[in-house]
Amino acid sequence: MTTATGTDLDRPASEPPTRQIALGRRIKDHVATVLVSLAFLIAVVPLVWVLVTVIARGLPAILSADWWGYSLSGVLPEEYEGGVYHAIYGTLIQAFIATVIAVPVGILAAIYLVEYGRGPLARAVSFMVDILAGVPSIVAALFVFAAFISILGAPQSAFMVSLALVLLMLPVVIRNTEEMLRLVPDRLRESAYALGIPKWKTILRIVLPTALSGTVTGVMLAIARIMGETAPVLVLVGYARAINYDPFEGNMASLPLLMYSELSNPEAAGQYRIWGAALTLIIIIMIFQVGASLISRFSAIPK
Amino acid sequence: MAKRIDLKDVDIYYGAFHAVQNVNLTVIPRSVTAFIGPSGCGKSTVLRTLNRMHEEIAGARVEGEILLDGENIYDRGTDAVAVRRTIGMVFQMPNPFPTMSVRDNVVAGLKLQGVRDKKKLDEVAEASLRGANLWKEVKDRLDKPGGGLSGGQQQRLCIARAIAVQPDVLLMDEPCSALDPISTLAIEDLIADLKKQYTIVIVTHNMQQAARVSDQTGFFNLEATGKPGHLVEIDDTEKIFSNPTEQATEDYISGRFG
Ligand SMILES: Nc1ncnc2c1ncn2[C@@H]1O[C@H](COP(=O)(O)OP(=O)(O)OP(=O)(O)O)[C@@H](O)[C@H]1O
Ligand SMILES: [Mg+2]
Repeated sequence: MTTATGTDLDRPASEPPTRQIALGRRIKDHVATVLVSLAFLIAVVPLVWVLVTVIARGLPAILSADWWGYSLSGVLPEEYEGGVYHAIYGTLIQAFIATVIAVPVGILAAIYLVEYGRGPLARAVSFMVDILAGVPSIVAALFVFAAFISILGAPQSAFMVSLALVLLMLPVVIRNTEEMLRLVPDRLRESAYALGIPKWKTILRIVLPTALSGTVTGVMLAIARIMGETAPVLVLVGYARAINYDPFEGNMASLPLLMYSELSNPEAAGQYRIWGAALTLIIIIMIFQVGASLISRFSAIPK
Repeated sequence: MAKRIDLKDVDIYYGAFHAVQNVNLTVIPRSVTAFIGPSGCGKSTVLRTLNRMHEEIAGARVEGEILLDGENIYDRGTDAVAVRRTIGMVFQMPNPFPTMSVRDNVVAGLKLQGVRDKKKLDEVAEASLRGANLWKEVKDRLDKPGGGLSGGQQQRLCIARAIAVQPDVLLMDEPCSALDPISTLAIEDLIADLKKQYTIVIVTHNMQQAARVSDQTGFFNLEATGKPGHLVEIDDTEKIFSNPTEQATEDYISGRFG
């Protein structure tokens, strides 16, 4: 025992030979620590940079009085008045419609794959989901354009955007739900069957509730992901400076689309609105992400 | 209420793998039948065919007849769900439903079968928990999650859950293997109690346990790994443990195995 009050007797008679090795190891350890920290810094610098820039430049806009409650209706390009209310509404309603369609379909597909799917059909579905997951958003947008607007003659509208978002959201929801369902141990299913509970009820009342928090978290993250998608809004709907509540008709703004359209505004107010919209979009997406992690934290099932 | 089960020339497969060969035996009502034998000889497999749990595994199938009071449970017209309502099961690892409270766990079977009457559910919950010898320990925490109980309590919760649906037969696959000696004794007492009403089949690796709780014991064995397991003999527990007919049984129970 070597303590502050230790005597000479407590010390080893000679330096232990392990000292040398320990020194070498300490050097390696330090080098590794420095390298890892450096890599971390390199990864973090651009992130922080982007965040700081967006906050610094976007803050004046989002703190202005009209920002959250007014559209740009009647606001001249060089004026600083107005807000992005119409674009926030567009972003949210387009994501909402996509969610309403994609979540039930995605969850049912995942249930099919995990609980019922055996044989070639399940493999085919699974393969399609993989393909869908790799489809770039511009391709999804062009597909909707070709199928619904060119062939079926539907007008451009926010709903078309939502359809493209569905295509982007589906594989994420399916894969995530699938994973959550597979995490539910088979012995839970078996003990439900052993009570004479039919399979569909077991899935509905035992398996889904057990997988619920993970599934909801996944859905929130999927929503956060699609809200920033730009290709669908560029291709499938026109920009409007005023509020349009009808997703099935007419032009509608959304935050990415507003940013894009303000890019062609040569006035300083254009820049001002772009940064404001960027910060607004980041804040909205953050809300969903924080919501997702709160849900998974608080509704996690105690082991 | 208790029912008799007859197995006639039963062969059990996992896909191409022949797991158990030619089992013939009778499970007597209102008694405890124990299955013993070395690991991998097919005890769990046989047990799981008795309530058609076996078929939940992809590619698994059963040949031969399993008669519940004379009726083949594998008949085309027979519904697996109905069979499982009659033949309950307790698994090796306690597995309460994690999203449910203690009370909801116990009455999960009834609730999901459509029973709504809250008073009846509460009565059944209490009676089953008493039956499983758990009431005293959990009566103040019925609304807490079932996963918050100790392992032994969870296992008794699972037994309460199984008897709450009032099956005629109760299958238990090594119900005590994860438990301490005191919980084990509690469950053995419970088995002795339950057999007044139920037909019980229990798989156990614990020879003393088989000797203590069962009325008849079946010894399963397998010639070599990869070969199908088979029933060596089944007889009164007393006879199996004192004077078995087969040499293999004698060797196994006296520990001179392999
Ligand atoms: N799901 C399965 N798929 C394929 N083979 C299986 C499966 N379950 C069990 N088997 C095989 O069937 C044989 C019998 O297994 P079983 O689980 O019935 O043995 P057991 O007697 O219960 O053993 P233990 O005492 O270790 O629990 C073993 O060879 C096992 O590998
Ligand atoms: Mg087993």
